[in-house]
Amino acid sequence: MNLRRLLAIAYKETLQIWRDPRSLAIALLMPLMQMGLLGYGVSLDIKRVPLCVYDQENSQLSRGVVNRFTSSDWFRQVAVLQTDRDLRAAMDHGDCIAALVIPVNFSRTLYMTGQDSLQVVLDATDTNTANIATGYAQGIVAQLDADLNANWQGAHGETVRGVGTVDLASRVWFNEGLDSRNFIVPGVVAIILALVGSQLTSLTVSREWERGTMEQLISTPVTGLELMFGKLTPYFVIGLLDAVFCLGTAAFWFHVPFRGSLFTLVLTTALFALVVLGIGYLLSVRIHSQLGASQIALMLTMLPTTMLSGYTFPLDQMPQAVQAISWLVPARYYVTILRSVFLKGSSLWDMAVPVIALLIYAAVIIRAAARAFRKSLD
Amino acid sequence: MNGAPPAVQARGLTKRFGAFVAVDALDLDIAKGEVVGFIGPNGAGKSTTIRMLCGLLRPSAGTATVAGYDIVREPETVRAHIGYMSQKFSLYGDLTVAENLRFFGGLYRVPRAELKERMAFAVTMAGLTGREDALVRTLAGGWKQRLALGCAILHRPPVLFLDEPTSGVEPEARRRFWDLIHSLAADGVTILVSTHYMDEAEYCNRIALIAAGHLIAIGSPGELKRRDLGGALVELESPQPGAALAALHGAPGVVEAAIFGDRLHVLLAPGTDAAALARFLVAHGLTATPPKPIIPSLEDVFVRLVSRKPAPEAA
Repeated sequence: MNLRRLLAIAYKETLQIWRDPRSLAIALLMPLMQMGLLGYGVSLDIKRVPLCVYDQENSQLSRGVVNRFTSSDWFRQVAVLQTDRDLRAAMDHGDCIAALVIPVNFSRTLYMTGQDSLQVVLDATDTNTANIATGYAQGIVAQLDADLNANWQGAHGETVRGVGTVDLASRVWFNEGLDSRNFIVPGVVAIILALVGSQLTSLTVSREWERGTMEQLISTPVTGLELMFGKLTPYFVIGLLDAVFCLGTAAFWFHVPFRGSLFTLVLTTALFALVVLGIGYLLSVRIHSQLGASQIALMLTMLPTTMLSGYTFPLDQMPQAVQAISWLVPARYYVTILRSVFLKGSSLWDMAVPVIALLIYAAVIIRAAARAFRKSLD
Repeated sequence: MNGAPPAVQARGLTKRFGAFVAVDALDLDIAKGEVVGFIGPNGAGKSTTIRMLCGLLRPSAGTATVAGYDIVREPETVRAHIGYMSQKFSLYGDLTVAENLRFFGGLYRVPRAELKERMAFAVTMAGLTGREDALVRTLAGGWKQRLALGCAILHRPPVLFLDEPTSGVEPEARRRFWDLIHSLAADGVTILVSTHYMDEAEYCNRIALIAAGHLIAIGSPGELKRRDLGGALVELESPQPGAALAALHGAPGVVEAAIFGDRLHVLLAPGTDAAALARFLVAHGLTATPPKPIIPSLEDVFVRLVSRKPAPEAA
């Protein structure tokens, strides 16, 4: 491999990227758009669920219950209902997703018999939201229950004994606020890098075939390796710059906690960049049309990366066969690494498995790309 | 290289694409410093032969050496010793004149100390002085072709392959291009240039005629006209050229007859009397000017050589 020829190609490629609006748009605008879209748009947290309140009793206790719901972050009161018809209408019109119904004799029944029920009506057209809202409601009611018991026992002069009340004190590590953005945004970086990297390189060799410049190029003593590394160099730099932008946005704009080492992050990002650039290059060498190569690159990266990398859809919830396929998706390893580095501060050693998997992937892809190129018109 | 080995030597060079034989057992020898014209209709195998010699296509059979190196065993060494201009313009339209030259200078590893001077030479040769920073896609055809030649000779290759370099270029630019070819040849560069312009063939030292993948004749333009025509050529005019042509095809002593523009060219077997031809036409009720002997053009030779009838043995 000759450095002079490699640099001549890298320089030429840089000039061409600079003068090609399509490449520039992919390199510069795509990360910006995707980061905004996915960073803001995708959130699995359901907060401030619209709540209608139908308090049939309107007692001190019932108002206290309503207050517990509306003062939490999980619900916000959108309407107060007076009749059963109102309730039905509110649900039908989608005014609220949840409705809290407090029965007429709620406090009396409770004090006399020691038990009564509250009703929460849910619009379960979005089952996910309904499930989560149910969870929130149960939490609030459980707390209410505990407080009422304590009051009752206090009022009756009984001391609270250890027996009978076991308290679960759960503590959440790594993503203390259980903020889904902290979980998703690092994954978004992987998606953007996969998309941009493979799209850019998918055009680079197919463009030479399409424009007929390849014939002149292969009549020179340039070797396949010089061509590959010469062409990949500027895209590698662009990929890393895009990654720096995305990772910086994740840390400083979305405030995803960053607890790992920058070195680990850069090294693993470079590895992943090599994998996705290699995939695009391999396609570009094999498919002599820019459109075909970029379409296939899109299919091969976008779908598996969003669905099978575990960036939003948890892999352990998927059928065994799908989980097995996900081991073939390089983004899966990078998403794991990104989350670990950001949230857990893991070292390379902690992440030996995904790092080695990426390393193998990079080696295999680059080797395949190098072998796929034929200096021949045959 | 000891002695003076041929710049290009092909033996039995063959290229098949599936069942189609594009080039069939071609033998070719080109001496150092020769300008050889590769003539033949589209699809005759000219480009395929040149691409094989440049190492762009792998021969199905046969061997060839270029500048003394085997095209199959040492393709990279061959590529370092040749310049190639493909039929389709293939420089980078989105790079400037200077950027294209610098790029190919880098690929051919032209010594940095020399590159500036070589680039200046190429720019001057292409007549692009002052337009070094123009994007190549903005240049007109003739300039593009000369720039492509400039890129192909930056590294001073001893052998040049030019595949229809003047196709689609206006006549004035074509003449200038041939001047460049001859000045390169004067410096000892060996050039194989394909064309389908018959008039350009006259500029070559030797001509290789190729049709349907076969090399059918090779020699200097003069040699081909004298030797390969195999008879005397006469020209006549007739108001009924179609009928005249039909009649002539059965006339005694006529080897071949063909329409050239508004005239008929008739090839007579050696010893045939031209006056007898005139009488034959009159006997068939056709009017025609008296046949007059002409100096054959290469086109006559070409038409004759690719026609069905075998030539009578001459010389």
